[in-house]
Amino acid sequence: MKLRELAHSRTGDKGNISNISVIAHDPAQYPILEKYVTAEIVKEFFAEIVKGDVIRYTLPSIGALNFVLYSALGGGVTRTLSLDAHGKGLSSALMNLEIPLEE
Amino acid sequence: MRTIRIGSGAGYSGDRVEPAVELVEKGDIQYLIFECLAERTIAIAQQAKMKDPNAGYDGLLTQRMEAVLLRCKEKGIKIITNMGAANPIAGAQKIKEIAQQLGISGLKIAAVTGDDVVDVVRGGDYTILETGEKLSTIKDNIVSANAYLGTRPIVEALRGGADVIITGRVADPALFMAPLLYEFNWSEENWDIMGQGTVTGHLLECAGQITGGYFADPGYKDVQGLARLGFPIAQVQEDGTFVITKVPGSGGKVTLATCKEQLLYEIHNPAAYITPDVVADFTGVHFTEVGENEIKVTGGKGQPKTEFLKASIGYVDSYMGEGQISYAGPGAVNRGKLALEIVEERLKLIGVQYQELKLDLIGVDSLHGSNLSKTEHEPYEVRARVTGRTQSMKEAVRIGNEVETLYTNGPAGGGGATKSAKQVVAMVSALVPRSLINYKLHYEVI
Repeated sequence: MKLRELAHSRTGDKGNISNISVIAHDPAQYPILEKYVTAEIVKEFFAEIVKGDVIRYTLPSIGALNFVLYSALGGGVTRTLSLDAHGKGLSSALMNLEIPLEE
Repeated sequence: MRTIRIGSGAGYSGDRVEPAVELVEKGDIQYLIFECLAERTIAIAQQAKMKDPNAGYDGLLTQRMEAVLLRCKEKGIKIITNMGAANPIAGAQKIKEIAQQLGISGLKIAAVTGDDVVDVVRGGDYTILETGEKLSTIKDNIVSANAYLGTRPIVEALRGGADVIITGRVADPALFMAPLLYEFNWSEENWDIMGQGTVTGHLLECAGQITGGYFADPGYKDVQGLARLGFPIAQVQEDGTFVITKVPGSGGKVTLATCKEQLLYEIHNPAAYITPDVVADFTGVHFTEVGENEIKVTGGKGQPKTEFLKASIGYVDSYMGEGQISYAGPGAVNRGKLALEIVEERLKLIGVQYQELKLDLIGVDSLHGSNLSKTEHEPYEVRARVTGRTQSMKEAVRIGNEVETLYTNGPAGGGGATKSAKQVVAMVSALVPRSLINYKLHYEVI
């Protein structure tokens, strides 16, 4: 199953750091996110883009995870050569992550 | 119970103008806030001010004030904005001029200055937070340095009777929190209420991003009326509890999901969101739906503020040249690839020196690289894009030129070529001791 079926997401930027929230559509499914969407998985998923560490923060009270991706924006919003300088589309990319569950 | 209603009239400098007018007319608000200052905006404004001492405030200041100032004055709505950018005093004088043209009298405008710390950072060898290097490495290229001020100068201006307050660099949430401190006499050392106030400001500061903007995903997350998106209102109680809502009948929606997405927007550690006023903790924030387009927010907390203020430093980093050209029909991808190869070879042949070059096929893999973009289908059309970083404008210009010459020298059917070149003003940050930063208030009265 694609992550998009379980969660929604928004990307923010600060300098060369991107943050991506992953929020359960249904808070009851938050434990699935916590189990399968780890920092390691996200780091591997964005291997071509993210040059630094990926740190995960958990917010069970709202059924959400927050990923902070270092060295993720081609040198930073204000100087990157990337078309999407802010990395606004990274959250949409992550929605394609395969979660090992049957639909 | 007494409540204060605060409207968010803009979420960035180029934002739509009419939603603020709607808030003034139908939002039953007492405060209208315009957050218009992105990281780099102030550096570019500083460059404008160096050319013209009366410039350096936001380019849409006149348009926004002409749209709302008269009605705000009539209704007693106070306006707070960071549209002063690099020149809040000139901005205040411009607002005065607009007020006079609109026939307004009895208006007090406050300009907040003191965020400009160019002299401070030039005098001290501070460390660049992003790279760990010393600021002295970019010293000669620095064009601006602005510390993020907190709520204090704005609260003082409100106590001084200001109807309109225009600032330069101020932490975005502070623009929204200041009226709460003023109206409810909150202690600025009540860290939990400052944390909850920071949640209010953080949720409002990007305007339409909490009312359904930056959210829609048809079939999964549908939003109606984005062309007439309503901007948010926070109705705040004395204990800090607030409800996020919007003008009834406006486009968009306020839901648990829109609020959750915005809570984490541009947040790193949610337990320690550092602002000039407090280190806010968002981990206990709770959202409750209390009506249609009405979400109650509780649970923001805080820890004491730090001894430092963050300063954002703008410097001339490099120059960037870009060119784009489109290909369509069978073989479009191969012709696009050939176009990129030709430009890369041309730049070598003619000796353009670049520090970094990016070759993209828009429509194929330009955004997220080849792995994430893998697909079995060849797109009908592609757009080749070449971007390079150079040390001079002259060389940056040559990059776009080499894309344009593909018209007559490149693959078949290349169309719609565009080119551009610009100076890159980049931003870094450093921590500056609070004791070195002093704000000042300047009033204009008519």
